[in-house]
Amino acid sequence: MPDAHIRKTDNLPQLSLHIPEPRFRPGDAPDFSDIAVPAVGALSRPAESATPAAMRDHAYGLVRVLEFDGSASGPWNPRLSPDRLRAMLRYMMLVRAFDDRMFRAQRQGKTSFYMKSTGEEAVSVAATMALARDDMCFPSYRQQGILITRDYPLIDMMNQIYSNRGDPLKGRQLPIMYSAKDYGFFSVSGNLATQYPQAVGWAMASAAKGDSRIAAVWCGEGSTAEGDFHSAMTFAAVYNAPVILNVVNNQWAISSFSGFAGGERTTFAARAVGYGIASLRVDGNDPLAVYAATQWASDRARTDNGPTLIEHFTYRAEGHSTSDDPSAYRAREEYAAWPFGDPVLRLKQHLIALGEWDEGRYAAQATELADLVKASQKEAEKNGILGHGLHQPLASMFEDVFEQLPPHLVEQREQMLAEQTRKFGPKGRQCQ
Amino acid sequence: MNMIEAINDALDIMLARDPDVVVLGEDVGYFGGVFRATAGLQEKHGKTRVFDTPITECGIIGVAVGMGAYGMRPVPEIQFADYIYPALDQLVSEAARLRYRSAGDFIAPMTVRSPFGGGIFGGQTHSQSPEGIFTHCSGLKTVIPATPYDAKGLLIAAIEDNDPVIFFEPKRIYNGPFSGYYDRPVEPWAKHDGSVVPEGYYRIELGKAKIVRPGSDVTILCYGTMVHVVQAVVADAGIDAEIVDLRTLMPLDVATIEESVKRTGRCLIVHEATRTSGFGAELAATVQERCFYHLEAPVERVTGFDTPYPHSLEWAYFPGPVRIATALEKIMRV
Repeated sequence: MPDAHIRKTDNLPQLSLHIPEPRFRPGDAPDFSDIAVPAVGALSRPAESATPAAMRDHAYGLVRVLEFDGSASGPWNPRLSPDRLRAMLRYMMLVRAFDDRMFRAQRQGKTSFYMKSTGEEAVSVAATMALARDDMCFPSYRQQGILITRDYPLIDMMNQIYSNRGDPLKGRQLPIMYSAKDYGFFSVSGNLATQYPQAVGWAMASAAKGDSRIAAVWCGEGSTAEGDFHSAMTFAAVYNAPVILNVVNNQWAISSFSGFAGGERTTFAARAVGYGIASLRVDGNDPLAVYAATQWASDRARTDNGPTLIEHFTYRAEGHSTSDDPSAYRAREEYAAWPFGDPVLRLKQHLIALGEWDEGRYAAQATELADLVKASQKEAEKNGILGHGLHQPLASMFEDVFEQLPPHLVEQREQMLAEQTRKFGPKGRQCQ
Repeated sequence: MNMIEAINDALDIMLARDPDVVVLGEDVGYFGGVFRATAGLQEKHGKTRVFDTPITECGIIGVAVGMGAYGMRPVPEIQFADYIYPALDQLVSEAARLRYRSAGDFIAPMTVRSPFGGGIFGGQTHSQSPEGIFTHCSGLKTVIPATPYDAKGLLIAAIEDNDPVIFFEPKRIYNGPFSGYYDRPVEPWAKHDGSVVPEGYYRIELGKAKIVRPGSDVTILCYGTMVHVVQAVVADAGIDAEIVDLRTLMPLDVATIEESVKRTGRCLIVHEATRTSGFGAELAATVQERCFYHLEAPVERVTGFDTPYPHSLEWAYFPGPVRIATALEKIMRV
């Protein structure tokens, strides 16, 4: 036989490898006019028991409640009382004030690291307000709004950020990786997406025990590329776990735009369709839409109708972290050009349109919250700031590796304590 | 009982004793496990206590971490230790560190059961001994039984332990204590003292080694299948060796090791896992540091070679009687 089985390639077109590229780089003028802004009311609000298949349009559309003129309408309007709306605005403003202050604290050298959530305040605050207080949240590192909405002490958040004497995590964790079981806030890990199957497991346990609590988990769109995301989606579907799977699509994973997570050809909400999981894609800068979607998913989970994936379509307004300079990879004016505006300002506008708020009250509250954060910071700094000596007893380094200290750690602790004077001077823990 | 029956019994007892214990893994439910370790448990305890999972190791362990955070006591199974790697991130980055990073706010009280080890013509992906990966990771305990009696008592202790435990089951000795003489018939467990398993609840403390044969000439440190191979070799060689079954690698029973080697003056370490950076290196360093002035000969290691586990050349690879006997002769000559 001659080489009949070998394909002749000289008359075929050459293949090419597609490398996604964001549309705007530094120096470009961003123009998002091609991003579809579906009309408020374009998507129905199905029963919470709807089949995943019936939710297909909701995976590709966009749940919206707030018009850009500040009015609210459509089937997803949660019709919150003015007091609830004002509480929501206050928490979102508090998150923003906290972020601003802590970012500055990092720049002043008071801590090593910080991550803001600017532009994404609705995604954590409004969602948390739609959950029950004892539902367990499995956040990524950009949902500080959960803790703030559940009235976790700002001082303890700062103590953690400063790794000081008051740090509930004893200086062991990088700043912002909070843990607060009593507030339904699972320990934040540096490893992306690991909390996804964990949240599903927590929800499965709740169901297995006949409990009525549900779990909610957050990750960024970049993290959906992790294998843990797939595992979690599979488990959630297989066991009909009472869990809300939030994907915060803020367009950027550090310097990589969402195209590198697979966002060029489909939505992140659409991932759920293939798993047989109900999904909602919402305007993440519309706090009422985020609230309504979470409320829907929460009711669905609590009535044993299973999991929901919610894609929050938003924009990361600031750098990835204090270690990042976004002007190195994206157009400076992107956030200003973002067609969905700013979540805090949109809620403010809504309250004003309702006649329940005014610019004067907004300005006064901004000042009040800035002062509150500043006062909390002063208190927290009484417990020390990072770099000013060692704030934890050195021996605490060996605790909690295991429930009890095994012999080899006892030995290593003795060794370290013996080094203490030579390392840190005769006073031992100086600058304490 | 054989080792499978002992493990099954331990799971059965713990499922009955503690409503928070839950068994999950691939094929563990209706079918009862590919090695029968969970046979009958779903029927007896119900589908929400013992259930099958999708084939995703990172999912199995990740879900178990979440169930532990809720307050349950999961016992996930990884079908073969060779397939534990997709779950490494969840084990190393999450389960092992959860208590530490949350300052005790959350814990991961889980026991990961997984058949491990070679000698069964399992080839590259049904024979591995990856214990060294886990002993290297702070926050995990690693336990390996060598008899049905120990398997039951250690597994019960592991399930009750509030720390994450990697529980490796030497599948070569599930049905009988393999001597390493692959050309001889394998004896059933019934002829071995270690198969006498008390009914009901008992536990063997983690972190305690067992001297399975007292001796004065040389200390042999081993665990799992190799405990039986070493016993067979020592019986044939006529050397008064002290054989120590470590049982728990992390935390390690350093006191028993140190006491034994100081008494014998010689030490041989035997494990199936590959040599370089294997757990034997940790043992050799420990012995050297603590027993230096008592050593009459260099510490020797008989281990798997630094190659992937071969299929057809299994008995050339396996650290069996010839290699152990040769090492013993070398140590005793010095």
